[in-house]
Amino acid sequence: MPRLSIWMVRTALLALMAGTALGAVLLAAPGFGWPGVLRWRPLHAELLLVGWLVQLTLGVSWWILPRFRSGAERGPEGLGWLAFGLVNAGAILAGVGRSVGLDGLALAGRSAEALAAAAYAARAWPRVKPFR
Amino acid sequence: MPPLTRWLVKAALLYFLAALLMGAAMQLPLAARVPLLGVLWPTYLHLLVMGWLTQLIFGVALWLFPRYTAEKPRGDERLGWAAFVLLNAGLLIRLVAEPRRALGVHEPWLLFASAAAQLLAAWAFVANVWPRVRER
Repeated sequence: MPRLSIWMVRTALLALMAGTALGAVLLAAPGFGWPGVLRWRPLHAELLLVGWLVQLTLGVSWWILPRFRSGAERGPEGLGWLAFGLVNAGAILAGVGRSVGLDGLALAGRSAEALAAAAYAARAWPRVKPFR
Repeated sequence: MPPLTRWLVKAALLYFLAALLMGAAMQLPLAARVPLLGVLWPTYLHLLVMGWLTQLIFGVALWLFPRYTAEKPRGDERLGWAAFVLLNAGLLIRLVAEPRRALGVHEPWLLFASAAAQLLAAWAFVANVWPRVRER
């Protein structure tokens, strides 16, 4: 497993731990008279949908997609690392922004997530080819 | 495919079917007249994201990630089995308790049990798979 995939998959596992911890509080706390925590539902969703599911997909596909026969076997990694930074910054900014009602922060987060998708797709696109 | 993976993937497929049937039921014309069908949205979402997608990932990751060692390729499999049992116990409790709460039944300890089981399942999976996320 290449280094970028290790970072993405391990960060995805951390997001799973954080997302489920927050989810457990959201599920259980209102029953014990603590309904205020429900405002953090958007952060829970961003951690699990983007931080966990999306990032795990990026990390595993970076590892598994067909490699190049010459040069760097997975191509230059710069855009992959950029996607890694952007997807995590985006998930946190969008989750916190939507939870506390800061629309500008949420927009910055969602924009970072979109840029992460573009950076990753640009690097993965040429690797979607027959195995040789 | 190891036995634990088969259990996880087959359970994931059952949640996939159950969630999509639930999704269809919520769109039925009579849904507006059946209170239960009006409160299923969060349960439907979690059956899809945790029961289907996350459980499928658990199964495939435990099968395909780099081996822990030649002697114990999947590390401590008890953690994997704990994740399987806890995740499904948590989801099945949720399937009953979450709609009941939405309909006004106060059973906080049932939802606490569901929350704790799902949380422990995720953490057990991470503990099991973390050492295998490395170069071959």
